[in-house]
Amino acid sequence: MSRIDDTLRELRSLDSFAALPNTLTRLDPRAKILATFFYIAVVVSFDRYTILALLPLAVYPVILAALGDVPPSLIARKLLIASPFALMIGIFNPLLDRAPLVDLFGMDIAAGWVSFASILLRFALTVSAALLLVATTGFHRVCAGLNQLGVPRILTTQLLFLFRYAEVLAGEASRMGTARELRACGRRRLNLGVYAGLLGHLLLRALERAQRIHLAMLARGFDGEMRGPHQLAWRRTDMFFLVLCAACFALARSIDLPRALGHILLGALP
Amino acid sequence: MSRHLIEARGLTYRYPDGTLALSDISFRIGHGEAVAVIGGNGAGKSTLLLHLNGSLQSGAGEVRVADLPVGNATLTQIRNAVGMLFQDPDDQLFMGSVFDDVAFGPRNLGLPESEVAGRVNDALATVGARHLAGRPPYRLSGGEKRAVAIAGVIAMAPSILVLDEPSDGLDPAARRRLINLLRSFSHTRIVATHDLDLVLDLCSRVLVMNRGRIEADGKPQAIFTDTELLARCQLEPPLSWQRRS
Ligand SMILES: Nc1ncnc2c1ncn2[C@@H]1O[C@H](COP(=O)(O)OP(=O)(O)OP(=O)(O)O)[C@@H](O)[C@H]1O
Ligand SMILES: [Mg+2]
Repeated sequence: MSRIDDTLRELRSLDSFAALPNTLTRLDPRAKILATFFYIAVVVSFDRYTILALLPLAVYPVILAALGDVPPSLIARKLLIASPFALMIGIFNPLLDRAPLVDLFGMDIAAGWVSFASILLRFALTVSAALLLVATTGFHRVCAGLNQLGVPRILTTQLLFLFRYAEVLAGEASRMGTARELRACGRRRLNLGVYAGLLGHLLLRALERAQRIHLAMLARGFDGEMRGPHQLAWRRTDMFFLVLCAACFALARSIDLPRALGHILLGALP
Repeated sequence: MSRHLIEARGLTYRYPDGTLALSDISFRIGHGEAVAVIGGNGAGKSTLLLHLNGSLQSGAGEVRVADLPVGNATLTQIRNAVGMLFQDPDDQLFMGSVFDDVAFGPRNLGLPESEVAGRVNDALATVGARHLAGRPPYRLSGGEKRAVAIAGVIAMAPSILVLDEPSDGLDPAARRRLINLLRSFSHTRIVATHDLDLVLDLCSRVLVMNRGRIEADGKPQAIFTDTELLARCQLEPPLSWQRRS
């Protein structure tokens, strides 16, 4: 039970980095959102067997994490949590696509393995970029930025609810987990029946609490629109950030940097 | 003046699972009164309070606030007039920071951002929580959460305050501040509480609930000396009285 709790709590701990004072959190959310979208578009646009050419793009999340004071280990943990999805998508490639593609130190590597690795790499790059966007901006400001960029309010409000209710679920799970542990007298394993019961109970409690939260929101005049303070101000630094990011991504897309580097190095040899 | 009036007539409510939580509740609370709703656990206090801003609406009976019947057509007006503090502050706090959370109500009223900021700062200062403004609400202690939730309600400047267990979990200083704050309001105040000393300090009238009914309605002195009534409703005289005798 506390595993669910930890997972969900991490989601919310991500948000807390947005309050840190640094260059990245001060940027307009729109600049970061657009940069992230552009980044993701560039990463997914590569050919399915690409690995090396993608590597320079890994610099972006690394720099973002450093500027935003977000510990890389946190992002890594979250990637790990989400990785089963990527594994599921790519796992059959090695079985289906057996044609030898690369020759690595005399070993033939099947095309399927290469595309599998490429999927994992792309997954890691895009998801960490998205996570860092949320971590350095804050969920509420991301939604405000999306609004300003023309995403309908009804959608961003739904996103905010999703975020809020994830917290609710985490809270309920942790309370129930503690209550169970206190009375389990040190027995760690749960039999399946108890577990199913707990889960059902958790769902009911979360639903009920969600209902009460909604009531409390209505009591304070909520009418379906989330109003923020978020008067976003587009400054020169935002423009600079966006243009710089876009230029770098475009560069990484248009020339295969590792290969070019190899050519230069090897080209010096006769 | 009738802005501050609140009235229930023959209110009866059954939860969807069949629990009869209120039966035939009637009262009328006038301008500027401070009324306590007391009673044992499960007596129906929270359920009654939820009716006062239309969070729950029952089949039988009606509630009128400021001469408006509580119904779907009047909900917006009712909810702007009635400030409601829920029993569990976790239900009320959900924004990313304390400031934004307290600002949630005023922003929904459509106030300009400069006035929102003024109201938020005033409300936070009133409950002694100015220093919490930048913190995320889910990281606060229980009592801090309650103080912030109270600020969220008073920032909307309602003309009627409905509070469910407002002193629960507050430390003595915060509790005293709350009592002084509530005493200083000229609004109509309705407080459900187990804190009978708060009732003595604050309220001029007490509604005693038991199993969904109003058992007694009168002055605190009269209620708290009726030992037979108190025993029947799972209550005791306030602690400060017990010491005296
Ligand atoms: N959501 C619900 N569904 C079904 N029954 C409920 C629900 N909420 C409360 N009840 C029942 O309605 C009755 C009144 O509950 P209520 O919460 O109003 O009591 P209360 O006087 O506020 O108690 P407390 O002092 O413990 O807060 C209780 O018997 C309770 O079990
Ligand atoms: Mg209650």
